[in-house]
Amino acid sequence: MAKRAAPEVNAGSMADIAFLLLIFFLVTTTMEKDSGINRKLPPIEDSEEDVIIKQKNIFTVLINNNDQIMVEDEIMDIKDIRQAAVEFLDNGGGTDKDGNRCDYCQGAKNTNSSDHPDKAIISLKNERKTSYGTYISVQNELVAAYNVLRNKRAQQLFNKSFAEMQKNAKDVNWVGNKERLKEQISQIKKEYPQKLSEVQQ
Amino acid sequence: MSKFKKKKGSGLPAINTASLPDIVFMLLFFFMVATVMRDNSLMIENSLPTASEVEKLEKKNLVMYIYMGKPSSGYKKYGTEAIIQLNDRMAQISEVGAFIAAERNDKREEEIPFLITSLKVDKNTNMGLVGDVKQELRKVNALKINYASIKGDVSKN
Repeated sequence: MAKRAAPEVNAGSMADIAFLLLIFFLVTTTMEKDSGINRKLPPIEDSEEDVIIKQKNIFTVLINNNDQIMVEDEIMDIKDIRQAAVEFLDNGGGTDKDGNRCDYCQGAKNTNSSDHPDKAIISLKNERKTSYGTYISVQNELVAAYNVLRNKRAQQLFNKSFAEMQKNAKDVNWVGNKERLKEQISQIKKEYPQKLSEVQQ
Repeated sequence: MSKFKKKKGSGLPAINTASLPDIVFMLLFFFMVATVMRDNSLMIENSLPTASEVEKLEKKNLVMYIYMGKPSSGYKKYGTEAIIQLNDRMAQISEVGAFIAAERNDKREEEIPFLITSLKVDKNTNMGLVGDVKQELRKVNALKINYASIKGDVSKN
C-alpha cells in the first residue's frame, strides 16, 4: 500500500478569522494619548492666618459669567494676556524676600508692578457660569507666559530652550549629563517659579 | 480538437490570496501594540478644549479620570445640565471623595503620592461644577490634577 500524504489543511478562512480579530481590536481600543495642563491644587489650610501680599505683586485675571476677561481692572482680549503676564512677571522692580534684586529680569523695572518673579503671583478668578473652554484658554496663556520667560532664560544661560531641556531629561536615549541637566532645570524653575492661584467666586 | 477547446474556457486565472492572512495579521498586530483598551464608555458629551502648552501624561496606571459634560443624546433622562461621570456611571459631587478613596485602594501604597487626577471636561461645561469637583479633590488631598486638553490652538475653544 502506498503511503498516503497528510491532507492539506484548508487555510482559506484564515483571512476571515484574522479580519474578525482585527475589527474587534479596532472597536475596543483607543489610540488617544492623554495630554493636558498639569496643575497643583492648594492644600486646605486650617490656619486662618492671612498672608499679606502687596497689591502690586498680584496680577488679577477675572473671567466673568459671559466669558469676558478682565486683567488688572481692564477688559482685555485673550491674545494680549500672554504679553501682559510676561511684562508683569519679568518686571523686577524691587527685591525678593532676601533683599536680592532681580538681575536677570529684562522688564521695565516699574515700581508699580511686581517686585521679583519670586514674589509675583497670578491670581485667576472665575465665576460659576464661566465656560470651561475659555477658562482653559486663559490658563493656557498664563502657563505660556511662564514658559516664554523660562525659555528665554534657558537660552541665555545654557543656549537651549527650556522645553528642549525638559524633553532631554525625559528621553532615555539622550546622551549627556542628566544630573547636571536636572540641576539646570530646577535652577530655572527657581528663578521663574510658577505661582498661579485659582479661585472661584 | 478537444485540446484547443479546453484552453479557451479557462478565462482569467484566480488571484492568489495565500498572503492575505499575513497582511491582515500584520495590521492586527500593529493595532494590538499601538492602541490601548478603552476603559469606560462615555455617557456624556466630551469634546475636550485645545491648548498649546500641554504636557503628556506618562504613566497611564497612575491616572484617575473624572469626566464632566452634558449627557449625550441617549441619556437625556439625566437632564440637560452638565454632570459628572465616574467609571461607568453618573455620580453626584459628594461621591467624588469616595471614588478617589476607592481608586487609591486599588493602587500600591508607594504609588499613591504620584496619582494624578485627570479632569476630562467638555469645553461647554460651566466652571461652577469644575470648581466644586476641585474643592472635593482638595478635601481628600488629591492635589495633582491635569486639565485634559488636545494640543492645538486656543482660538478653537
